[in-house]
Amino acid sequence: MFLIYCPHCGEHREEEEFHNHGQAHIARPLDPDSCTDEEWGNYMFFRKNPKGLHHELWVHAAGCRKFFNVTRNTATYEIKEVYKIGEQPKVVE
Amino acid sequence: MSDVKNETATVSVMNQLPDASIVGQSPLFHADLATIAKKGPNTGGVSFKEEALLGHITLRMNADNAEQMSVVEKVLGVALPTQPLTSVSQGDVVVRWISPDEWLITVPGLQAFDIETAFQQNMIGHYQVVNVSGGQTLVTLSGKHAKDVIKKSSPIDLHPSEFPVGKVVTSVFAKSSAVIRRSGEETFELVIRRSFSDYLWLWIQDASREYGLVVEA
Repeated sequence: MFLIYCPHCGEHREEEEFHNHGQAHIARPLDPDSCTDEEWGNYMFFRKNPKGLHHELWVHAAGCRKFFNVTRNTATYEIKEVYKIGEQPKVVE
Repeated sequence: MSDVKNETATVSVMNQLPDASIVGQSPLFHADLATIAKKGPNTGGVSFKEEALLGHITLRMNADNAEQMSVVEKVLGVALPTQPLTSVSQGDVVVRWISPDEWLITVPGLQAFDIETAFQQNMIGHYQVVNVSGGQTLVTLSGKHAKDVIKKSSPIDLHPSEFPVGKVVTSVFAKSSAVIRRSGEETFELVIRRSFSDYLWLWIQDASREYGLVVEA
């Protein structure tokens, strides 16, 4: 059992209901036309793959179908916090 | 904003159930539940019933918009549940919370078109009303062992302290999905997809075999 707290439903649910959508807080370049290939490539394809604290995007796919952010330790699976889209993480170190 | 107004005026609403004289076929029509009910045992631990051909309406709007909320109350005669995972019922109308901006309204089948039309005429601002009756069906599981059948099929905690009467969850159910609502101490309503209804009917028969399945029609 790996339970994840959904901030929209307000309760813990089984991991089976969720999907991970990778790294959170990826800002789209404001002016894509003036990006260099490297800048655009980094935005499009390159993601962090840390061992330890990671800010991730999750979706409650089988539940309310809303996205939210999770701060998770990738080595221990411990979830430090869950916060809604548009909010900033409190746990950063 | 004039564009928005025009769009609202030209929304086409289709009456999916023209009138009572046309025989509708529910997703479990082929299973012929009426015959099974006549034949089958009358007592058992789990009762199964399809509430066939109900009107299912998906409503999406902003719960913080007081004007929209008052329109809903006018149309349905009952206020939308804004607390997550709750439902309200008023007579035959049941409104289920699905997501912070989405609700599932079930009404007797022939009322669906009237309610949809009433929404299109009265609702203001940014919203969506879709009649999804054809895509899903509602089945009830009741009896002493109804919760045991759901426990086999879903990871949801069904203890009364966690899952009181009136609570609604959308979750995985036997590798498919269902909107599960507790409508009584021992009664659960499952809203399931039309395309999965046969599979889930077979699943429920298998999962309830040890308790004894009573089919009601």
